Amino acid sequence: MFDTLKMKLWQKNQFIPDIQNAPMRTAFRGLPKLDNSKCNNCGECAKICPTGALNVNPLSIDLGKCTLCGKCKRFCENHAIDFTNYYKLGADKREKLIITEEMTPEEYNKKAIEIRKEIYSIFNRSIKFRQVSAGGCNGCEMELNAAGNANFDMGRFGIDFVASARHADGIVVTGPISKNMAYALEDCYKSCPDPKVVVLCGACAISGGIFQNSQELNREFIDKYKIDLYIPGCPTHPLTFINAVLDFIRKK
Amino acid sequence: MNYYTIKNNQRINLLDIPTLELDALRARLAASNLRPLSFFGCDWGENVKLFVALADDEKGEILLTSSLINKNIKEYESITKDNPQYHMFEREFYEQFNIEPKGHPWLKPVRKNQDDYKFFEMEGEATHQVAVGPIHAGVIEPGHFRFMCQGEKVYNLEIMLGYQHRGCEDLMVKNPSNQLAESICGDSVIAYNMAYSQIMEELSDTKISTKAKLIRRIALEMERCAIHIGDMGAILGDIAYLMGKEVYAVTRTLVINTMLEISGSRFGRGLITFGGVNFDIDKEMSDKIISVLDGVKKTVNKMTKAVFKSATVMSRFEKTGTVSRETAQELNLVGLMGRACGLELDSRFDFCDEFYKDFERKPFKATNDAYSRFRIRYKETIDSISYIKKLLNKLENYKDEEIKVEAKNLIPNSFALSIVEGWRGELVHIATTDETGKLTRYKIKDPSFNNWYGLSMAVRGNGISDFPLCNKGFDLSYCGFDL
Repeated sequence: MFDTLKMKLWQKNQFIPDIQNAPMRTAFRGLPKLDNSKCNNCGECAKICPTGALNVNPLSIDLGKCTLCGKCKRFCENHAIDFTNYYKLGADKREKLIITEEMTPEEYNKKAIEIRKEIYSIFNRSIKFRQVSAGGCNGCEMELNAAGNANFDMGRFGIDFVASARHADGIVVTGPISKNMAYALEDCYKSCPDPKVVVLCGACAISGGIFQNSQELNREFIDKYKIDLYIPGCPTHPLTFINAVLDFIRKK
Repeated sequence: MNYYTIKNNQRINLLDIPTLELDALRARLAASNLRPLSFFGCDWGENVKLFVALADDEKGEILLTSSLINKNIKEYESITKDNPQYHMFEREFYEQFNIEPKGHPWLKPVRKNQDDYKFFEMEGEATHQVAVGPIHAGVIEPGHFRFMCQGEKVYNLEIMLGYQHRGCEDLMVKNPSNQLAESICGDSVIAYNMAYSQIMEELSDTKISTKAKLIRRIALEMERCAIHIGDMGAILGDIAYLMGKEVYAVTRTLVINTMLEISGSRFGRGLITFGGVNFDIDKEMSDKIISVLDGVKKTVNKMTKAVFKSATVMSRFEKTGTVSRETAQELNLVGLMGRACGLELDSRFDFCDEFYKDFERKPFKATNDAYSRFRIRYKETIDSISYIKKLLNKLENYKDEEIKVEAKNLIPNSFALSIVEGWRGELVHIATTDETGKLTRYKIKDPSFNNWYGLSMAVRGNGISDFPLCNKGFDLSYCGFDL
């Protein structure tokens, strides 16, 4: 037992104190930074994009499809495309995920997630989710698990994953929704007591991502029910997830 | 000549592979003591061609053979009856091509039609079923487990998978890309992407630089190290030893954050590409990796010592979920789980990789239980750290080389095979091209494909409360299996 306690002293405090302003390493590929003046509209970048997230004339990147692989950035000889390390990528509307030249981190932060009074009054700054992996590759799942570890520790903000949909305020969907999981996902949604929210986490869940052309998907769920929050990434970084949820349930 | 012998990562002409009569092939496979690496069908005009790859681990060779099955043939005599190592392969082949292995003892679906399937049932006093999944209590992938229990004792566990099926093999043929390869199994990003890139490089005869090869192997070992540390934490979380869980989790963060600094992604997405790697490791980065890993090694050593001294942990670990060496061999368990059961299989050394041949292959004394599965992770973490340091030292000598070369077009009528030892075990990718140089078949075999049945055997006779401990100890991939 003493060895176990000694480990606590050896480890000291590991949590990130200010999660909303946590520093991110510069290598991280986050919010794209586009520059139309450098673009010569050759359109080659749109052709090589593995998920078809990129459009030219004017340049735009759909974060709902983008896997943040950085292929376009390496490909463009004019350096018209770059990625900042800004990680707060969550948005409350699908169309807000389409990033154009005007979208700076400050601008995006202001517009992406609007305050909804009813969310605050119902959940009062604490929200419990049931996670459903509907064809996810275990990337987003590992990152969501990491969001609960001693570093990120989202439990301290009242955000948690619970074991049953019956105990949850909403569901978090990862993965492109395979045919074989469509029924279970809908069942889980129906088991969750009202009022409830739906969060899509990762490029696969939002648009099908790299699997969008697969014959084995059934994405009716997305059209059928209202989606409250979109959190892009491939996989979604724990800081992206926690900050998006915190912005979503904030009072002001 | 019945077999064509190749080495790992080798391209051959598709027509060089001998074609046997189906009966002759069947007799040969049933009697062979070489383990199957892959067994898959391929559309061949109107007919179906069956390819088989066998592993000769002692010589480090791969034996290839095939058989052309006429479109009118709808059944053949099952191989599994004589050689149980083929049981999953034959089920998969039946599901994909509808050619029935007659007399197969358990022809249950692999990825499709789960709703119609009737599970085994047991009757008697105090017997009951426990159904778990597809959605689990934790944040993990979907799968269904059906336990047949008497009281708390598990008599049989049936595992039903396929919920993750996204048609990866078809997508790979239609639109192959590094990004798709990375997303097939998101916890083995480096292994999958490396296998895919090696296949494409073989098929197109692209020669990549030694530097790129070294960086790939450094990343592969970092992935192994990170996942093993995280898994040790997760195993301890399942037996409620929370200090261990958190300490290992934050130690893993150090490794994956170093990966983020190299490649811009915590799991190394975007690092490897067809033709080399996208990101360099310079002297500064190399020093940083070494200093991080030294710290990681210190913490892991300290924590593991405390874990092994804890009586509550050891009482849960020892003699829990035992799989004998004989059972493991019969079921063809591979990789990490094979090694934890006493099978010395490691494709890094068996199929002679130029960079690993100087490294010491340290023996592991298996005890076949949950304790063994924890200890092997600890051992391989420490081994990986020493390999990374040696690889980084070697990288110094090649610092002026290019990291990426131009990718070439694929060569027509080719067959290539690539085995990569990911952290779970041997990952086998096979691809074939047609006369125009387009991919016609892309076959993936994850180590989980062999090992899922091992989990069923492990929980037999144990209390149902020990299932999470066994499951986490195996930590198999759902999406790598479902594809």
